Amino acid sequence: MEMITEILSKNGLVFAFVVVGVVMWLSYQLSDRLSAGRLHGSAVAIIIGLVLAWLGGIATGGSKGLADVPMFAGIGLMGGAMLRDLAIVSTAYGVDIREIRKAGAAGVVALALGIFVSFAVGALVAAAFGYTDAVSMATIGGGAATYIVGPVTGTALGASSEVIALSVAAGLLKAVLVMIGTPFVAPLIGLNNPKSAMAYGGLMGTTSGVAGGLAATDKRLVPYGAMTATFYTGLGCLMGPSVIYLMLLAITGS
Amino acid sequence: MIIYGVAALAACHLAGVILGDLLGVILGVQSNVGGVGFAMLLLILSTDWLRRTGRLPQLSEQGILFWSAMYIPIVVAMAAQQNVVAALAGGPIAIIAGVGATIACMALVPAVARIGGQDAPLPPLMAQEA
Repeated sequence: MEMITEILSKNGLVFAFVVVGVVMWLSYQLSDRLSAGRLHGSAVAIIIGLVLAWLGGIATGGSKGLADVPMFAGIGLMGGAMLRDLAIVSTAYGVDIREIRKAGAAGVVALALGIFVSFAVGALVAAAFGYTDAVSMATIGGGAATYIVGPVTGTALGASSEVIALSVAAGLLKAVLVMIGTPFVAPLIGLNNPKSAMAYGGLMGTTSGVAGGLAATDKRLVPYGAMTATFYTGLGCLMGPSVIYLMLLAITGS
Repeated sequence: MIIYGVAALAACHLAGVILGDLLGVILGVQSNVGGVGFAMLLLILSTDWLRRTGRLPQLSEQGILFWSAMYIPIVVAMAAQQNVVAALAGGPIAIIAGVGATIACMALVPAVARIGGQDAPLPPLMAQEA
């Protein structure tokens, strides 16, 4: 037994292919048998992935879900930022550049609005819970944008570690919600063409959330959503500690 | 050769990420700005040019399409390593801020997608095509 787990840890990435293959097969079976294909197999697979991440986190107390279990460390490589981004870029192959140019204006508006609205919601919630200083409001607002914007904003402004932790939790929750929720809200918000996908990517911003959510909805939408979402975190980190902090400072006065 | 396609994809990826990092430095942000987006544009433009000049044989194309087909499994692996425990442990502030921002932005999608005219939905997908 020990020998086998050692071999599996040594061949981490290869074992990850097997694990994910099994999860995919199981998910498509569940999707066909239990929902008659209504809930897409990839949506089921992402939900199972998140459950596994939760179990891994409970078991190890670590921050990388299932990948913190030594035997499953290869999941960390397979689903890490490097291969994820390579796969996202590859989905752009065959995309019609005219579609992107046509949706350009909508994408830019989506980005600005998405960052601003997320900060506003996060800052209002922070204030409602007694964090009425501009630094904490901007940090939690940044967390409501993405789990990277929050800590970057907080670190730049000198927020307390408690507030930074809250902002990370808010951002992580958003990523998980977008991954699970996208296929369910897609019919309600007309998320079925390249342009609405570009608007969606810009408004939601969380790359992992959008990447997972659109994969579970319709894989053909992935490149359009990913295209705008990839600008979001950078722009959020740019606006958070500057424009948005100054606006909050002007409103709160402290 | 298949590796030509993989190499072209990887080169676009790296060039895009470098551009994104440079843009981040220019803007003074501790983050990559649009790297993956630039990489996607580079891949679209370069493969379009290669195809039109007949320099992208089907075998090279396979090297790109393989990674495209691996996209969903990779996303599942990504889901399996999210910090779900921390996401759920943030208490009411984190939950209300996270859920509130998500719902507010989702609700804006139809309005923003209408800018410059409504688009027709994509044709329905064949089962198991993904």
